[in-house]
Amino acid sequence: MTTASSTRHTLSVLVENKPGVLARVAGLFSRRGFNIDSLAVGPTEHPEISRMTIVVNVAGLPLEQVTKQLNKLIHVIKIVELDPASSVQRELLLVKVRADLSTRSHVLETVQLFRAKVVDVATDAVTIEATGTADKLEALIRVLEPFGIRELVQSGMVAIGRGARSITGPTTALRSAS
Amino acid sequence: MTQSASTPATGAQSLVRSLESVGVEVVFGIPGGAILPAYDPLYDSTALRHVLVRHEQGAGHAAEGYAQATGRVGVCMATSGPGATNLVTPIADAYMDSVPIVAITGQVPSAAIGTDAFQEADICGITMPITKHNILVQDAAEIPRAIAEAFHLAATGRPGPVLVDLPKDVLQAQTTFSWPPTLDLPGYRPTLHPHAKQVREAARLLTTSRKPVLYVGGGVLKARAAAELKVLAELSGAPVVTTLMARGAFPDSHPQHLGMPGMHGTVAAVTALQKADLIVALGARFDDRVTGKLSTFAPHATIVHADIDPAEISKNRTADVPIVGDAREVIAELVVALQAEHQAGHRADLAAWWGSLNRTLETYPLGYEEHADGTLAPQYVIKRLGEIAGPDAIYVAGVGQHQMWASQFISYEKPYTWLNSGGLGTMGYAVPAAMGAKMGKPHATVWAIDGDGCFQMTNQELATCALEGIPIKVAVINNGNLGMVRQWQTLFYQERYSQTDLKTHKQRIPDFVKLAEAMGCIGMRCQTASEVDGTIAKAMEIDDQPVVVDFTVGADAMVWPMVAAGTSNDEILAARDVRPVWNEDAV
Repeated sequence: MTTASSTRHTLSVLVENKPGVLARVAGLFSRRGFNIDSLAVGPTEHPEISRMTIVVNVAGLPLEQVTKQLNKLIHVIKIVELDPASSVQRELLLVKVRADLSTRSHVLETVQLFRAKVVDVATDAVTIEATGTADKLEALIRVLEPFGIRELVQSGMVAIGRGARSITGPTTALRSAS
Repeated sequence: MTQSASTPATGAQSLVRSLESVGVEVVFGIPGGAILPAYDPLYDSTALRHVLVRHEQGAGHAAEGYAQATGRVGVCMATSGPGATNLVTPIADAYMDSVPIVAITGQVPSAAIGTDAFQEADICGITMPITKHNILVQDAAEIPRAIAEAFHLAATGRPGPVLVDLPKDVLQAQTTFSWPPTLDLPGYRPTLHPHAKQVREAARLLTTSRKPVLYVGGGVLKARAAAELKVLAELSGAPVVTTLMARGAFPDSHPQHLGMPGMHGTVAAVTALQKADLIVALGARFDDRVTGKLSTFAPHATIVHADIDPAEISKNRTADVPIVGDAREVIAELVVALQAEHQAGHRADLAAWWGSLNRTLETYPLGYEEHADGTLAPQYVIKRLGEIAGPDAIYVAGVGQHQMWASQFISYEKPYTWLNSGGLGTMGYAVPAAMGAKMGKPHATVWAIDGDGCFQMTNQELATCALEGIPIKVAVINNGNLGMVRQWQTLFYQERYSQTDLKTHKQRIPDFVKLAEAMGCIGMRCQTASEVDGTIAKAMEIDDQPVVVDFTVGADAMVWPMVAAGTSNDEILAARDVRPVWNEDAV
């Protein structure tokens, strides 16, 4: 493992689905001097709970501070660090690539190889949708670059643990008990 | 409490009834446009007393003073925009010192939020980093729950400020009121009970260490654990140091008390921590003003760190034995575990340690020099004030030299008799906080010990005190300067006194005696040592009016001992150019 990857940590943060909670989390990171590599927020199977997937770049002790400080936020319900080996981690990429008659077949071939798909076609460009790990998407971008990338947008990472266990389970139990 | 039937009410009525139901007896505040609906039912309330302050900062500090003196949650109220932003300083102060206050602010009507409306400020956004939590109430039906949650959050776990922001239309809306509401805080579960294994390990270390120190912070006072602390200290035989926020948690007269550690701590307290082989930190946070240069702080010590806030543990100094829990429970369990160790025949021999510490105490007692120019020594004034007003009085300091002297030269024997702004260092804290303390403890003598710089920041609350019948006493330690800044200019800026002369000596602008009288207070002046006792006695006799004494003191007095900012505690100076000599063989 490289040093860079050993300081990258994926945190799944269950938060109350309330206004301002993203600002509370983002503000905490900036004022405590923690760097966020990526952040994604969305609903969960419980309408009152949202889930943030935060990728941070810190070493051991500062990571402990990150999670402890996050836990102090009243709207934060639970934090779980997801180990890359025992979780599925995905990002979404939409990329608009130059593709005229002479290059289109090469571009489409690349799309096939990466199990991506074309979601929009114009006369001289195609828009490709791909999901995967950060590494896979980086590789796809590298291969597409020579054709000419006109526009690119990428989501933050979302991740979920492998196996049957759910990290939201105990939370709901706790909520009904209170 | 039984569930009260749901009754029709406006949002404003619901707010006032919620405050009454949660047990509030006094609110410090100022009305204004957005909060105006709340002031109408407040007019009829017999359970709530509203104290009309002169500046919202005063309301906030008064709420803090009330909370710190009584242990109950202090309440302040302000309108939207500038009213709310004027609360920012006391809220930040309460956050740094973990003071339980609830701030209630009016907000522009919901439909106007985000439009830069008149007197609009995003106070929830502004106070996000300086509150334990804040709540923008969007539905009048949520008011009882919001108030109940705010008070619960402010008072429990690690205490702190909570702000509740109420849009005007929410206050005006028709709703229903019922009490008690159910709290909905699924993410809030403070750990109160310490881990038994960790406590046993701490007890074991207390019996095996040769040079232990109990490093006591403000958390011990917050947990109301002074009695438990005394038992632990006497059982363990270990020396005790009390931080600026913990003065009064352990009697100053106790032979095991070495005084305050840190930048202006006693040589004995600073030395004890530096030489310790075991530090048991109880409700303390290894603040930079205590540790000095962190990398050289207590280099030989094993650290037991007990705090209710897990984020404090190993934040600055890595803990060898982390204990998360309420200080009172931690200390009580530590006592039991230590008794078990003693029964098993394990007991520390601290004779050599005490021999060394007692020599340091004798060699470097706290002291000061009379001024060669015959001017009054500020330390003498403060020392006499403490001796005459006694251990039952409450002393409330501002920030600076007078604060350090008040910490050093008054003997605190009881908890909650020393109030000050420790973490944020807010000049102007003293007068309004003293007002709040006096409201909470009406039978106690409350002395604000203020500097001439601090006093000019918030003395408008003397008018509040005079009109509301809150007879505080203020000792202005008037050295004519921003004294602590001037001290640093003396020591580190070649005596270049840039912008520190306030002219309250030379030109007497303002004249504090006349100012006191203009504010409806008794004003006195004292300029010589021979007048000090008589002046204090006279001030003590007045209990129906606030009193302000202008103690005109010498400008050149400095606070010693001192560890210069950013340097190691090993570099402590007992007095100017006096570096203690350690007898290494002795310890």
